Amino acid sequence: MSEENTVRAQIREWLQANWDPNLSLVDWRNLLADSGWGVPHWPKQWFGRDLPEAILPAIEEEFSAIGAVGVAKIGIRMLAAATLLDRGNDDHKQRFLRRILTGEDTWCQLFSEPGSGSDLAGATTRADRQGDGDNDKWIVNGQKVWTTSAHHADWGLLLARTDWDLPKHEGLSYFVIDMTQASIEVHPLKQMNGYASFNQVFFTDAVVEPENLISEVGNGWAVAMTTLSHERSNADALRRWDKASELAGRIYDEERAEIATVMAPYTWYPQRTGRVDLAWSRACDTQTINNPATRQELAKLLMLNEAAQWTAQRARTARELGKKQGPEGSLGKLAGSEIAKSAARVHTSISGADAMLSGDDGPLNGLIAEILLSVPATSIAGGTDEIQRNIIAERVLKMPKEPRLDTGPFREVRKNPARGE
Amino acid sequence: MRFYFSDEQEQFRDVVRKFLDDKVTSTKVRQDMASAEGFDPELWAAMSQELGLTGVHIPEVYGGSGFGYSELGIALEEMGRCLLCSPYFSTTALSATTIMLNGNDEQKQRLLPALAGGQQTATLATTESDGQWEIDTTTTTATQKNGGYVINGNKKFVVDGQTADTVIVSARESVSKSQDAISLFYVQGDAKGLTRRGLETIDQTRRLSQLAFHDVPAQRLGEIDASQSLRTTLDIAAIALANEMVGGAQRLLADAVDYAQMRIQFGRPIGSFQAIKHHCADLLLAVELAKSAAYYASAAADENDPELPTLASLAKAMAAETYMKTATLCLQIHGGIGFTWDHDLHLWFKRAKSSEVYLGDPNYHRERYIQLKESG
Repeated sequence: MSEENTVRAQIREWLQANWDPNLSLVDWRNLLADSGWGVPHWPKQWFGRDLPEAILPAIEEEFSAIGAVGVAKIGIRMLAAATLLDRGNDDHKQRFLRRILTGEDTWCQLFSEPGSGSDLAGATTRADRQGDGDNDKWIVNGQKVWTTSAHHADWGLLLARTDWDLPKHEGLSYFVIDMTQASIEVHPLKQMNGYASFNQVFFTDAVVEPENLISEVGNGWAVAMTTLSHERSNADALRRWDKASELAGRIYDEERAEIATVMAPYTWYPQRTGRVDLAWSRACDTQTINNPATRQELAKLLMLNEAAQWTAQRARTARELGKKQGPEGSLGKLAGSEIAKSAARVHTSISGADAMLSGDDGPLNGLIAEILLSVPATSIAGGTDEIQRNIIAERVLKMPKEPRLDTGPFREVRKNPARGE
Repeated sequence: MRFYFSDEQEQFRDVVRKFLDDKVTSTKVRQDMASAEGFDPELWAAMSQELGLTGVHIPEVYGGSGFGYSELGIALEEMGRCLLCSPYFSTTALSATTIMLNGNDEQKQRLLPALAGGQQTATLATTESDGQWEIDTTTTTATQKNGGYVINGNKKFVVDGQTADTVIVSARESVSKSQDAISLFYVQGDAKGLTRRGLETIDQTRRLSQLAFHDVPAQRLGEIDASQSLRTTLDIAAIALANEMVGGAQRLLADAVDYAQMRIQFGRPIGSFQAIKHHCADLLLAVELAKSAAYYASAAADENDPELPTLASLAKAMAAETYMKTATLCLQIHGGIGFTWDHDLHLWFKRAKSSEVYLGDPNYHRERYIQLKESG
């Protein structure tokens, strides 16, 4: 506690001396980066103060007490920062981290492809080394998909194949690619729920400078796993509904605009969980609470939802107490899918014929339609239910792995036909 | 305490598991379920004397160990795991709880020590031939006679009714000319006028019986009108049963996973097929969710949570669905061998089926859960 009080005193003093709402957002965040108070849990050498993560809530409290704006904290840029901190060299950290924190650069993640979804290591976007000596560079050709923020990103985290004769996991490399070049085309990808939160990205002889290779050639899979492990552990923070301050002033206007841009793809995300919170009141409002079949389905949903929360709490408690972890920690995503599907059934049953309607004609001005058309994403995005079941069966229950047909040189592994073939 | 077990509780579980692993093999289960009493009195005595299990949640002043419903749940989970044939559910979970919640101090002094010490068994008879789990449909009557009562009527689906030394029975007594109340009474198992018939059951590991009362002399347990506390007793019984069920479900899943590692078809262990793996992953999720609900509800019982009725129905419905789903899919994973009498799986399958229905099936508990939420 005393350490927390010391830190609180330090940050309070620093903020009093430096916080100025009349600065531009970028100027202010540069001050934060220089002082280490923007990301105090990062290393001292790289814009932080080597403080434990547990101290962050206290520091955030001090920021909000005085109305001070923080560094850019949401969006794929945070995955880039985490990956570069773990895997990048000093040059990468020097060039990229500051502009991530100031919010000047936005980032996207170029992993999934039309031909490799669950099988991420089957990527066929290629990076070929061209030239030699001072002029060499990587030339990228291929297609990525499900790329959030690609349409306004400055930089991309690219997983591409650099060797076709090695087994598939060993022939991948990881790059930072300049997204502003003309040889990259970005097209929005419209989803079944009407939103276009993702993009398709086409590379035609796009260029990566050799210094933008992360780690070694052939080590791309390991680096991608680093990115994904941060995505899993920070999934909520990435698209947290960061509440912009309501205060007036230039710096707040700039922050509000930034948050609006980053959060735009995520407006429908709450609906893909099935919105269990709406089920009871909807059933009462529509009188379907009196329908015996609806009552049964509603009870199933609410029970499942409560039990899933308790199960997550069991996992958290075991972690906090340093006890042996049971299987309950690896079940959350599959539980979320079950809940979402059950909720969609209940909302349908509650809405009756109105479940056919959307927009202003639909229940809750189209919100129910949005739930019904967003829930399928939960069973697919971030690892399909089937992949989750494989992971649970193989890692938790220790069941044997499927015999593989994709070993040996990647060139000889059966693949989806490429576009135009 | 709702999200983890203390070190002491984990140690208690280890001791119970080791004891049962040692003594209760499936061969033993088959022996006991085919025996006249339906259980092994020597094992029953050892459970009392060596581990104090029969008095686990009975206060020390009445000869018990003074633990709570969570420890009762742990014991039952372990018993459900090995499919112990025993009057434990009827005597400890049902009857001791009923006496603790309904009896006056003198009755507790008189009745509980013999149950805690394992010298006597008991059961609770509330359901009648209509198979309703609600209390207020009771038609059995209690009439005052010679300073006591006599009971007349029929009870059905009474667990261990044939062997119980004491039968606690719910019956209607008149309070005034126009009013009656449902109270609890206790009678000797071998009392004159009490006819006990064992029912032929799907699940041979849990005996059920039909009891006919003809002027059976009885004493009232506690005060007139036990409907409130009897309801609580049945909620606690449902939670206890939920704990027993998750133990059985977890055992079935573990056995099916083991079998899938071993069984070779098409040149590979069947556990390497996703069709099998996905069943197992789904079952693990269901079992863990049901466990969370059972543990949470047990802790709520220990803490006198006003949400107890809702939590009891939630825990019972989830455990029942899960146990039956687990039994069904695990049988499927075993294939033909799982359908044979010689394989042990059907023993758990049958316990899953009887537990699914006993004390109210999932539909009943889901409806009750919604009703409680509406009124709360």
